[in-house]
Amino acid sequence: MKLDTEARYAKSHEWVRKDGAEYVCGISDHAQHSLGDIVFVDLPKIGASFDAGSSFGVVESVKAASDLYLPIGGKIIATNAALADNPDLVNKDCYGEGWIIRVAPTDANKAGAEWNNLLTSDDYEKIAEED
Amino acid sequence: MPYIPVTGEQQEDMLHKLGVVSVEELFEDLPKRLRYPKLDLSAGISESEVLRELSALAATNANADDYRWFLGAGAYNHFIPAVVPALASRGEFLTAYTPYQPEVSQGTLQAAFEYQSMIAALTGMDAVNASHYDGATALAEAVLMSLRGTSEDKRLVLLPEGLHPEYRAVLELYLSAFDVELRTYRGRPADAAAEKTTNTGLTAVVACYPDFYGRIPDLSGAAEAIHEAEALFIVAADPIMLGLLKSPGAWGADIVTAEGQSLGNELAYGGPYLGIMATTNALVRRMPGRIVGEARDAEGRRGFALTLVAREQHIRREKAVSNICSNQGLAMLRSCIYLATMGKTGLRRAAELCWHRAHYAAKRIDALPGFTVEEGAFFKEFIVRTPIDAEILAERLYERKMVPGLPLSRYFSDRRKELLVCVTELNTREDIDDLVESLREESK
Repeated sequence: MKLDTEARYAKSHEWVRKDGAEYVCGISDHAQHSLGDIVFVDLPKIGASFDAGSSFGVVESVKAASDLYLPIGGKIIATNAALADNPDLVNKDCYGEGWIIRVAPTDANKAGAEWNNLLTSDDYEKIAEED
Repeated sequence: MPYIPVTGEQQEDMLHKLGVVSVEELFEDLPKRLRYPKLDLSAGISESEVLRELSALAATNANADDYRWFLGAGAYNHFIPAVVPALASRGEFLTAYTPYQPEVSQGTLQAAFEYQSMIAALTGMDAVNASHYDGATALAEAVLMSLRGTSEDKRLVLLPEGLHPEYRAVLELYLSAFDVELRTYRGRPADAAAEKTTNTGLTAVVACYPDFYGRIPDLSGAAEAIHEAEALFIVAADPIMLGLLKSPGAWGADIVTAEGQSLGNELAYGGPYLGIMATTNALVRRMPGRIVGEARDAEGRRGFALTLVAREQHIRREKAVSNICSNQGLAMLRSCIYLATMGKTGLRRAAELCWHRAHYAAKRIDALPGFTVEEGAFFKEFIVRTPIDAEILAERLYERKMVPGLPLSRYFSDRRKELLVCVTELNTREDIDDLVESLREESK
């Protein structure tokens, strides 16, 4: 299982990474592997706002379709347009080219607290292994 | 095994979540005398007696076969070729319920595929589902599609002032659990969408093509302005009119819905009617309902199977795109046979007849003393201002075995002197002349 040690993880298998004041989010290597070949990523509208834990999109694979939950609440400021034509980027490079959305938190303090509540890569690895 | 899948414990749990203690309490809002009424049934009569009684009751109804019929307002009297009921009532099609297994249901699946293909051509769209309950619920589902992936607060949907009042009621019900404002606009959809300052959170603009009053809106610039506002352009259309006029797809619509009753389905109080829905390739995964696709089997033979099923409730349970996704298989089949029978040319001819006869009727009624027809582009339906109360006028025409249209007071208590008149290919010139003469005589 590949892990990005700089990222934090949600129990629902999304990863999130700090980038200045913003956060970039995708799904973990464990998640993409469990889903199998991803055929579609339903992206939210840019400018839409969601609370942490809200469903903001769907990943559909040949086996299943799963909701995506936002690890850090805020406004969607970018989505990965490349996924429209190449959803398999999520399989090939889930922490890099296969990123899904970029979020600007509405409240930096709240986002900090949400970040602290997320799992470190070590803790996530343990959970994912038991999964 | 009892066919009741709910355990006592589950029932308790559901009642608890609803905040009531008993099933009795759940039905408290119903008047007590109606809750468990005593059925006072007679001992029984013979089949022939039952038939006689029911026939006598049925004979008191006015129906489109015996009356000269100028009533539309959402349900339309169009010709149905005899081949439609003959084929649609074949046992192979009639007997099976939700027959979607490709290994046993190639005929049904092929019919759905052909229906989808013909509706795609008619609406000018990429993808079509295997239908919804009716035109109103299809439109409500289209509006729901526009909400996906948007913030859960501050959402706005613009509805035309000419939307059918019953469609409006269905939309309000479907959206009652969502935080969405339904706002009415007048005039061109392009202008409504361009009101940037008041359109925060705009997710969709609906246009009716034509609207409840028969008016054909100006759709120019609509798609551009709506897409500029990052919203979806939804068109609720008359499918017969699409045989003649520019398709919603050509106008740049993202979703097209329609009431498919006009396409080979009988006028029936309460339905079943047919909800048509079409969309673009970009939005196909947000479209609810079943979609039948063309495929090849292991031996390379052409066949049909449900496709893109990951959106649906048997896969995604409560997260499905829609959980109100039964289709109207038989009504869809009738529309499929109707469209195949009429063909592109036949449908265009039917639409042209509607157009010419409606415009002939409008011209003659407008020339009557005291009557005026509302100006503007229309297809087969138009508003007539009457010199006397329209309900009284209509009552008088019923006596002549003629239904002159819908008095608008049915929906709007202050519109007493307006009649919504509909003319289709089934209204002959003689019928129209009779209508005009009757209006003249009975309005004195």
